[in-house]
Amino acid sequence: MMNGKMPVRRSEDDQFQGEGSHDYVTMTIAEQVFGIPVLQVQDVLGQQRITRIPLAPPEVAGSLNLRGRIVTAIDVRLRLNLPPRPKDKPGMSIVVDHQGELYSLMVDMVGEVLSLSNQDFERSPATLDPRWREVSLGIYRLNNQLLVVLDVPRLLNFASLEPA
Amino acid sequence: MDDLLSEFLTETTENLSVLDVELVRLERNPNDPELLSNIFRLVHTVKGTCGFLGLPRLEKLAHAGENVLGRFRDGELPVTPNAVSIILESLDTIKGLLAVLEATEAEPPGDDSELIERLEAMAEGHGLHSDDAELPSEPVAAAPEPPVVPEPAVASEPAPAPLPEPSLPPAPVAAPAPAAPAAPAAQPAVAERKDGTGLPAVAERASRADGTAGEDREAPAKESAVAAQTIRVNVDLLENLMTMVSELVLTRNQLLQILRTQKESEFAAPLQRLNHVTSELQEGVMKTRMQPIGNAWAKLPRLVRDLAHELGRKIDLQMLGADTELDRQVLELIKDPLTHMVRNSADHGLESPSERLAAGKPETGRITLNAFHEGGHIIIEISDDGKGLSIEKIKKKAIENGLASEIELSGMTEQQVQQFIMKPGFSTAANVTSVSGRGVGMDVVKTNIEKIGGTIEMKSVQGRGTTFIIKIPLTLAIVSALIVECAGERFAIPQISVLELVRAAADSEHTIERLKGTPVLRLRDRLLPLVSLKYLLRLDDEREEDTNDETFIVVAQVGTYTFGIMVDKVFDTEEIVVKPVAPILRHIEMFSGNTILGDGSVIMILDPNGIASASGEISMADAMRSETKTVQTMRHEDSMALLLFKAGGGAPKAVPLSLVARLEDVDMTSLELSNGMPVVQYRGSLMPLVPIDTGFDIESEGRKPVLVFTDGDRSMGLVVDEIVDIVEERLNVQLKTERQGLMGSAIIAGRATDVIDAGFYLTQAYRDWFGSSNREAYEEERAKRVLLVDDSPFFRNLLTPLLSVAGYDVLTVDSASEALNLCEQGEQFDVIVSDIEMPGMSGLEFAQTIRRGTRWQDTPLIALSSYATTRDLDRGRQAGFNDYVAKFDRDALLYTLSQTLSEQKVA
Repeated sequence: MMNGKMPVRRSEDDQFQGEGSHDYVTMTIAEQVFGIPVLQVQDVLGQQRITRIPLAPPEVAGSLNLRGRIVTAIDVRLRLNLPPRPKDKPGMSIVVDHQGELYSLMVDMVGEVLSLSNQDFERSPATLDPRWREVSLGIYRLNNQLLVVLDVPRLLNFASLEPA
Repeated sequence: MDDLLSEFLTETTENLSVLDVELVRLERNPNDPELLSNIFRLVHTVKGTCGFLGLPRLEKLAHAGENVLGRFRDGELPVTPNAVSIILESLDTIKGLLAVLEATEAEPPGDDSELIERLEAMAEGHGLHSDDAELPSEPVAAAPEPPVVPEPAVASEPAPAPLPEPSLPPAPVAAPAPAAPAAPAAQPAVAERKDGTGLPAVAERASRADGTAGEDREAPAKESAVAAQTIRVNVDLLENLMTMVSELVLTRNQLLQILRTQKESEFAAPLQRLNHVTSELQEGVMKTRMQPIGNAWAKLPRLVRDLAHELGRKIDLQMLGADTELDRQVLELIKDPLTHMVRNSADHGLESPSERLAAGKPETGRITLNAFHEGGHIIIEISDDGKGLSIEKIKKKAIENGLASEIELSGMTEQQVQQFIMKPGFSTAANVTSVSGRGVGMDVVKTNIEKIGGTIEMKSVQGRGTTFIIKIPLTLAIVSALIVECAGERFAIPQISVLELVRAAADSEHTIERLKGTPVLRLRDRLLPLVSLKYLLRLDDEREEDTNDETFIVVAQVGTYTFGIMVDKVFDTEEIVVKPVAPILRHIEMFSGNTILGDGSVIMILDPNGIASASGEISMADAMRSETKTVQTMRHEDSMALLLFKAGGGAPKAVPLSLVARLEDVDMTSLELSNGMPVVQYRGSLMPLVPIDTGFDIESEGRKPVLVFTDGDRSMGLVVDEIVDIVEERLNVQLKTERQGLMGSAIIAGRATDVIDAGFYLTQAYRDWFGSSNREAYEEERAKRVLLVDDSPFFRNLLTPLLSVAGYDVLTVDSASEALNLCEQGEQFDVIVSDIEMPGMSGLEFAQTIRRGTRWQDTPLIALSSYATTRDLDRGRQAGFNDYVAKFDRDALLYTLSQTLSEQKVA
């Protein structure tokens, strides 16, 4: 399984080699900073009214209407094996496009857009939580914290999810 | 006009205009092989289609042109302007011919031998020499181009001869009309189209069809008329348009919703207008997706003809309402099911000519397809006047395939029995022919039709034929849906599957009753199974348990299965656009899609088919099968359902419930005597009634409960005093008794209870049901394991208690293969009793198999069969059976068992 993924990883890594930088939309989930490549982000939303979907996987929070399109909301906390967000805290969402479908990634807070230099990029440490490793592309060393780059296609690939 | 012909005209006209452009380009780049082969291919296509449609004149001409092009392509002939001209000339002639063809639907008479000769001469290379001499002919070819060829650059292209020369020898036949008439004539055609409808053009064509004089001059005009009437549009574009319109409809709905909340609004009037325009737009766009259902039928006449040949039948296929239009998407989806059903009708439905004549029917069987609109649906009927469905065959097959047991079947109506043909793995054709009978039939059809929200019904009269009625929605894109609420969540249910709404509350006439926790509703003398949406969708109500005990029941129908969906609230209906759910949710079969409501919220659309199958209807047969399987392989000590009743005084009596087909309440005054036996008319036949003991007379007054035992087509009734209860207990017969009709006593429900021997009563009713009824003492064998292999659940149920009373440890299976599984699993038995006649592997094969070196090769085998002649005995012995017992002779069986086992001991 992991071996099968290795070549893909390598080619993905290539873009982080050498000089240059990438822009990321940052967000926080449970005090941790994450980033998503800015070009993948379609929209940033505040608290939304979400329709629950019965029988859906637990990570699927429901669906919402974004200007006439139906968007599937994913609770990133649950996807990352984190406890659910306290009910009293309003959350925010980042809308991404994946294979023509829109998904809204529910996070705690959406922050600014950062341009990060490739020199600060590193592969995820091997000791990282397997679920996190699976859905992350790597880590950026920021001044006072670490930023985890989320791999959106893998984040939305529920097929690899083991039944919890 | 013939569809094929008009398609041909459209296509050829398109090809020809492409050819014009390409040829001119070729002239410029004579050595472009790609261009050449493209041109060659186009001309070849034109030639091919002409030949296919039986248009010899066009074909000859195109063929001659193709020859020249072929030489170009092979490099045997240089591409000269002269050569191109002559090809263009032939194309123009073809265009002229096409124009006449369009007007009269026939190829004009005449011949083009002069042109063809020139083309042939060119192909042979003679044209080259006349190049200079015929130079003036070029402008002719060049001149017609400008109006046809969109590229303006082309016009300036034929530089060599700028002078237009009208004096040139005209093409010999109908299509001399070069540029000048063509251009203006094309004008009116375009104008016609501009004024909105294509109809005038059609009218024009019709009016011209009578006057063939002057046809030639007007011909070019009509050629463009066909091209102008239809345009080819990419399906994706239409789909896209449809999506956009759907969105517009949704937005309109939202606006209207807002408007409703605001009384006096200045937006009211323009919104009304928007409303109407949107509706019309929606309708218009829908029409672009509509296709006549005849398109899906086009292949059927040929199919039926071939089938008729193959099967040696005479079949007349009638197709009515072929022009009924329906959504392209729906059409695609029903094409295969329809083909399959027609094939079924021809193969299974219709009889052979001799059978038909014998049945007093015309030799030629008829299959009728009929399509029509009915209230937002398309109804398609497929009927045949064949033999109809054979209830007996279906029953037999259902038992063989383990879809139902004999007892279950006997309790079913004909309608219910017929439904079995829709179950997976079912086919009534006795033999698998190349045509059908592979058992992957009607269930697939049913699933496909239900997938698009349709339903399929069936009416069949034995000997008169079968009719299938398919009801499908006009379109899949926009549906009317009922909005309901359950546990605070709203859902949409497609209106098409909703039959009615029922309010159930403590104070209303309808109340929900429970059968072991399963909710049911009495609705007009029928029991309606209910499904709780909350339970099904595992909706946990976060709010306090609702104190309001009002429930709404959406009565839904899927096929012939009607059930109620329990919801908390019902809102209004809305037009919704079904959107597919995100891929990660596709596996949830309870939803057919999702949509955005007028108020902007997202809502899931429930799929009644999914709900029905999740709640048990469709999977019922499977569940039943697996259930019986576990019961069958369960050790006999395990509990079984027992019917407790009182009769003839003494202790309460019990009988295994599985033996009882039905409980009836018989009016004793309707008793009749037949052959000295009390009988009662029951379901159209006579059913003997037997009292619980011989000294106990059947009263002739009042009503009495009767336990009905059924085996095959025979029934008997056991008259009792009172039915007490049904209990689930381990049947552990403790005291054996010598009393006739009793198997012994057991403790059931805390009381000593007589377990009756149903077999005894069966012999009372029918002497021949079992062999003898006098019981003999038999040697008791302790805890010998017996494997009973019998496909008839009735006998399994009958023999199991009998054998266990006799002290055997009995395990039953319903087929030889099942038994072999046990063998592989390492089970050991002291003796195996097997039926001979079984579906799948017969008892003889079974015996041969286990004698062929399995672990059971030394286990004694006793055959059990209804046929017990000497020949049968021999065959049984040869196959490896140690002994052979007539099926109905219980005592012989017990005796043989003990004999065999003791022989074994000695050995």
